Amino acid sequence: MAPNMNTHYTATAKALHWGIAVLIFGMLGLGFYMTGLSLSPTKLQIYSWHKWAGVTIFLLVLFRLAWRIGHRPPELPQHMGAIERFAAHAGHHLLYVLMLAIPLSGWLMSSAKGIQTVWFGVLPLPDLLDKDKALGDLLQTMHLSLNLILIAVLLGHIGAALKHHFFDKDDVLTRMLPRSRP
Amino acid sequence: MKRFAVALFSTLAFATAAHAAEYGKVLLEQSRIGFGYQQMGVSMDGSFKQFDGQLRFDPAAPEAASAVVEVELASIDTGSDEGDEEVAAKTWFNTAAFPKARFESTGVKALGGNSYEVAGKLTIKGTTRDVVVPATFTEQGGTGVFDGTLTIKRGDFSVGEGAWKAFDIVANDVSINFRIAAAAQ
Ligand code: HEM
Repeated sequence: MAPNMNTHYTATAKALHWGIAVLIFGMLGLGFYMTGLSLSPTKLQIYSWHKWAGVTIFLLVLFRLAWRIGHRPPELPQHMGAIERFAAHAGHHLLYVLMLAIPLSGWLMSSAKGIQTVWFGVLPLPDLLDKDKALGDLLQTMHLSLNLILIAVLLGHIGAALKHHFFDKDDVLTRMLPRSRP
Repeated sequence: MKRFAVALFSTLAFATAAHAAEYGKVLLEQSRIGFGYQQMGVSMDGSFKQFDGQLRFDPAAPEAASAVVEVELASIDTGSDEGDEEVAAKTWFNTAAFPKARFESTGVKALGGNSYEVAGKLTIKGTTRDVVVPATFTEQGGTGVFDGTLTIKRGDFSVGEGAWKAFDIVANDVSINFRIAAAAQ
């Protein structure tokens, strides 16, 4: 393959990266907060928002994947060894898988619990599963487990970005930041 | 012997014909009372597992029919344990003080075909309101089946008070759908 001369991510890739990051951090907080509430109109409202935002993230991630396939990101820095490169690629793949699997498990959980997901109260998503309490509980556990895995991978992801910036002093973090120079 | 058989047969046939006309005993295993409502644009449904009823219905004389149905409100299945507990509370059904909902017919009108209108009094949580229940009746091998749906407003019966009083999250309209099967007697 021809050497990749891109030094930065595209503006679209950056917007998707940071937009989705903010949404996911919000969703992690909201998710853990809402499950602890006792039943009230507020709880039902927050659950609905959680589902709507989750479906939105799912669609943004699909778009992001399509964009990623069409736009090669800048190469990893030369100093990285084989194991580091492998870890970076594996981590990024895992993040994409989780960003799709988590909302998917939420949607299926809702279906199995007999509650259809209606995006922003307007667009009904099909129920891919029939009502099944045991399956609903299983998917709930799965949604939680995937989220815990996501948190672990995110900690690694953020740790790696900071290591690149402060220890390796390379451009891995800055090339994803909004560009200040032309 | 032959005459006896004929006599027995005709007696049985007569008995069946005469008795098939009136339906009484409610067959609980074949009956169902469910409900549906909207929650933030999502259609939700549930059912009641325990109820009982007394019927008297003769398709040849529908005006003379009567029905009483009592629903054990604590037997509700909303789809989640959390929901089942919540609706037993004071703000919803207050099942400790008002364990049952009751419908008692006051008159039945035949609309033609197999359609009827059953007027009656519906009591939930100490409030009684006049309602008219549209129902259809079909006979299936000695069993009479009544199907119908009645839409009520939960606010009319103070079901959902306090924080639940507004209808933006849980809608005011609640449709009650039923299938009551009764044996010929
Ligand atoms: C990127 C998207 C999402 C993230 C990061 C996320 C995150 C979370 C988190 C952290 C929890 C708390 C887990 C627990 O304590 O059990 C949670 C719970 C929940 N999520 Fe999501 N979620 C996402 C998408 C969705 C979607 C799309 C749906 C449904 C359409 C959904 C439905 C639910 C439900 C119903 C619960 C509550 C489970 C319970 O009652 O315990 N989530 N979510």
